[in-house]
Amino acid sequence: MSTVFIALQANEETRPIIEAIQLDNPQAVVERQPAMVKINAPGRLIVRKATIEEQIGRAYDLQELQINLITLSGNVDEDDEALTLHWNA
Amino acid sequence: METKVAKKKLGLKDRYKLLTRDLGWEPSYHTKDEVFPYVKYEGIKIHDWEKWEDPFRLTMDAYWKYQAEKERKFYAIIDAHTQNNGHLNLTDARYLSALKLFLQAISPGEYAAGKGFARVGREFGGVGTQVACQMQALDEIRHAQTQIHAMSNYNRYYNGFHSFADQRDRMWYTSVPRSFFDDAMSAGPFEFMIAIGFSFEYVLTNLLFVPFMSGAAYNGDMATVTFGFSAQSDEARHMTLGLECIKFMLEQDPANTPIVQAWIDKWFWRGFRVLGLVSAMMDYMLPKRVMSWREAWNIYGVENGGALFTDLARYGIRIPKHWDDAEKAVDHMSHQFMLALYQWNFGTCFHTWIPPEPDMEWLSSKYPNTFDKYYRPRWEHLKKLAKEGKPFKNFGLAKLCQTCQLPIIFTEPDDPTMSCHREVDYKGNKYHFCSDGCQHIFENEPEKYVQAWLPMPALFQEPLKGDLGAWMNWTSLIDGKDNGDYVGSQDERNFQQWRGLATTNT
Repeated sequence: MSTVFIALQANEETRPIIEAIQLDNPQAVVERQPAMVKINAPGRLIVRKATIEEQIGRAYDLQELQINLITLSGNVDEDDEALTLHWNA
Repeated sequence: METKVAKKKLGLKDRYKLLTRDLGWEPSYHTKDEVFPYVKYEGIKIHDWEKWEDPFRLTMDAYWKYQAEKERKFYAIIDAHTQNNGHLNLTDARYLSALKLFLQAISPGEYAAGKGFARVGREFGGVGTQVACQMQALDEIRHAQTQIHAMSNYNRYYNGFHSFADQRDRMWYTSVPRSFFDDAMSAGPFEFMIAIGFSFEYVLTNLLFVPFMSGAAYNGDMATVTFGFSAQSDEARHMTLGLECIKFMLEQDPANTPIVQAWIDKWFWRGFRVLGLVSAMMDYMLPKRVMSWREAWNIYGVENGGALFTDLARYGIRIPKHWDDAEKAVDHMSHQFMLALYQWNFGTCFHTWIPPEPDMEWLSSKYPNTFDKYYRPRWEHLKKLAKEGKPFKNFGLAKLCQTCQLPIIFTEPDDPTMSCHREVDYKGNKYHFCSDGCQHIFENEPEKYVQAWLPMPALFQEPLKGDLGAWMNWTSLIDGKDNGDYVGSQDERNFQQWRGLATTNT
């Protein structure tokens, strides 16, 4: 199965977001590189607004992710509740 | 006490619909063909523009908000960098060669992409696509500006940063990315999308921005990490736009598939050649390295590009034509590039050097099948010549590839001891190519590529007539300061001296 990934800047804003992604995607593998964190997952990865809000303790708009996003891979689908990455094959 | 009633906010999908689709209108004074005159001549058939949707559903209001936030973060760090002697916090001033190359060769490409997206944002027929292209046009201008701004602080202290605009137009190695963008900008709107939106952004920019910027962090260059990651945060949106546009073209009509495939074949190879410059930056110019070019290629080329083409197979798209040649080149290209840059370093507006022994060991461990066998002996020979006071300079002019404009410096895909060179006769003239990929691109559009501006012929035209000194003046290269070996350069002396002043009181 093809790997999807999302990479975020390593900073205080993204630390709880990365934890949320790990909670929602137990199959994901977190790679820490200088100044960035890359999260790989087989076939599919979901970033959920509700889980991030639990981690950071405030309301969160998923589009805020744009600020710290470095790169991603896979077909994207975003609505108010979740950002999903997936490969069809 | 009054109870505040929160206004009900629109959901993302509704907001996208209202602030994107609803901005469009049906023209009544002119026909659609008159308003959008360039959407048909490439042969791409679009039946329903409404089917295209930005999967991030980003609207202009949200766009401004988040871009403003990115700018605030960017300038906070740039200010801190300048205020804290950021130019002295580098691991080594050798690193600056990578930045100079970036400023001269890549930042102008961002600006060109901005112009290109402004144009296709006007030329495409659908509102969703128009809005996304407008955002990308603004992003690309921002990238050019933030990069130039971030690197301007180094210009106060180091050589080689001062005339990037002249060098963008006149330098032999910058004509490689310039011709790439000119080629894309002089194509139709759909081909432009495949060239920049898909091949460059989706398949290739990860290789440029992700490991290289992480490398900048590793080398103490906060300014570059910041513009790099700030730009790259837009890149995720650009890659998604590129992928959505390609899926849109393929879903609209099966007759589009062979046209799209031919563009993918062409632009993959064009992009691969441009990114060869990055291979030398990563393997040779970063004093501390996060990963080798080969390792980056495995992650972002093989694994990620492979996943993408597996996904597109359902539309009948196959892996780009010269993919195998690229794979075979990956263990050789950074060495071939750096050797070329070294032997012509009298004509580069950055420094090169013979890799010190620890670097050679690193290269040998990262390239176990190629470095010791093919490239270490050449570096050792160059080292010997330099020690004898006769450093090797190649004053013979390079034969340039008519398509990618790189000198003919590569080897045959299946024989690393044999120089790769192709020739085509066209209308009484002979044209040279560095590879089968570049030859095929020429043969598909000879009338376009015979018009290419090539830097070496420019040297022999009026008013330069082959005078190297006059050429240096013309390119704004200051001989003895901007060019040559790093060892013994003014940059090296200044860095050592200032670093000493920064860490001691004498």
